[in-house]
Amino acid sequence: MKDKAVNFSFIVPALVIFTLFWIYPFFYTFILAFQENDLISAPKFIGLSNFRLVFTSGDWWSSMYNGGFITLWALTFQNILALTLALAVDRVIRLRKFYKVVFFILPVLSEIIIGLLMKQFLVSEPVGRDVFNHLLNSVGLGFLAHDWLGTAHVRMITAIVHCWKGFGWAFIIFLAGLQSIPEQLYEAARIDGAGAWHCFTKITMPLLMPVVTLVVVLTILGTMQAFAMILALTGGAGGLTTVPVMVIYDHLRHNIAGLAAAEGLVLGVILVAVSFTMFFISKKIREKYGVLPG
Amino acid sequence: MYYRAKKVITLIVIHAFLLSVALSCIFPFLWMMNVSFKSPQEFNADYGLKLARHLNLENYKEVIFKAGFLRYFLNSVFYTFITVVLIVFIASLAAYAFSRLKFPAKNVIFYMFLAAMMIPLPAGFVPVYILLKQLHLLNRTGYVLAMTNMGLSLSIYLLKTFFDQLSRDLEDAARIDGCNKIRIWWHVGIPLVAPALSVVVIFNALNVWNEFVLASLMFTNNNIMPLQVGLMEFSNRMVTQHTLIMAALTVAALPIILLYIKMQKQFVRGLTAGAVVG
Repeated sequence: MKDKAVNFSFIVPALVIFTLFWIYPFFYTFILAFQENDLISAPKFIGLSNFRLVFTSGDWWSSMYNGGFITLWALTFQNILALTLALAVDRVIRLRKFYKVVFFILPVLSEIIIGLLMKQFLVSEPVGRDVFNHLLNSVGLGFLAHDWLGTAHVRMITAIVHCWKGFGWAFIIFLAGLQSIPEQLYEAARIDGAGAWHCFTKITMPLLMPVVTLVVVLTILGTMQAFAMILALTGGAGGLTTVPVMVIYDHLRHNIAGLAAAEGLVLGVILVAVSFTMFFISKKIREKYGVLPG
Repeated sequence: MYYRAKKVITLIVIHAFLLSVALSCIFPFLWMMNVSFKSPQEFNADYGLKLARHLNLENYKEVIFKAGFLRYFLNSVFYTFITVVLIVFIASLAAYAFSRLKFPAKNVIFYMFLAAMMIPLPAGFVPVYILLKQLHLLNRTGYVLAMTNMGLSLSIYLLKTFFDQLSRDLEDAARIDGCNKIRIWWHVGIPLVAPALSVVVIFNALNVWNEFVLASLMFTNNNIMPLQVGLMEFSNRMVTQHTLIMAALTVAALPIILLYIKMQKQFVRGLTAGAVVG
């Protein structure tokens, strides 16, 4: 008996912090979402009003649209670029280490640094100095110059900067996946007369499917919850690049805590549903290709 | 001959592609450092696209000593250090128990920690902020405790799976020699998981160092702000002081870049640790 108590004491510090900062807040969110809570006066229960507000709020759904837009860019542009780079680095011998080091610099740095740096680089007068356009001019590509963070392009540029910050992370995971595919499989296929394209579609892609699913799910979860980089880059651009977490953050800042919690729950449920669906789909795909799970 | 030429051309195309992407990653940081050495007049004249002739440190002096970035930097070092030390102790204790010791509800509690890693909580900062406010902990202590919790689940998971793979021979020997459990954890367990600890340290250190949301909600006082919040606040206040902002960004980015170049392997493993779980 005393033994069990001593053993249990090993997890007590972790359990205390976890209960206070995870379990309690988790359940408190469900209470908060049904309250009108301005963090000053006593909270009032108001039933489903917060949720009604979330579902009918144009600002919320336009932030979901912006988040979805950036997520689509990340899923396609970022991940295809990352996969292409991984395939390329997997083929070269010289400079391989250099590429790996350089591509991973951006994921290491903070979102605030990337956002502020790119803002300085891209923003036009009078706020900034239009540096990128001057750079384009000086290399003879002046006809490409645009007001990059102006209303016409800001959403797309935000998506591209997000992809630029994130591709190195997907690249490293894809590369690890590629390098775990046994070389003998390719040798055997080549002896049987398979070309590069055949090797890619019949060996690389099926065996990479688990890694692809993982990257897809983590890209969706990460991008739909993106916030700090976008805040630093555009500050929301008057609604053009507001993302869900930015709305939640703003509402908490303005002491509308109940609504913020309801918004968080709506987004959380959507994300859980999406990642479950993705894992289900990937299981089906893996069964179809006859690849063992794992 | 034909096949050889084709192969060389393919390689050149691949390298050209890789190098152009690599350039896009490096160029903005070279530009940032270049601008940080320029006066506003020089920057206005060449947009920082010409190499700085001399290392003018005026911007750095201004940013570090007058704009408070020395304090922000030290605050970040403080939060990161304390949080990482707490996580290493608390997580390795718990991981050791989950792997080696018997106690009631062990599996249930472990799955709870696992669930915490899996469930996305996009508004997790809302209840945590309110909780800290109610406890009058909107200060350094509260921030360190909340950040400790953020890294705890994954750290416990990583260390537990590492403990699971280790043989128990050394621990058995220590027990026979009369060591109690705490001493076995400290003298045998911790040295054995040292390789996994380096991943835990890097993962959590970067997590705290780069954290913005909770810190920006909690800290309105300049004296206790960490670097990320300080940067954001400074750039909002000094919108048009481009050369100063560049010096501030360099102060924040360069140490991390240098540290990363020195310890790439650990950084990569630390930052992809979260993906391993999935």
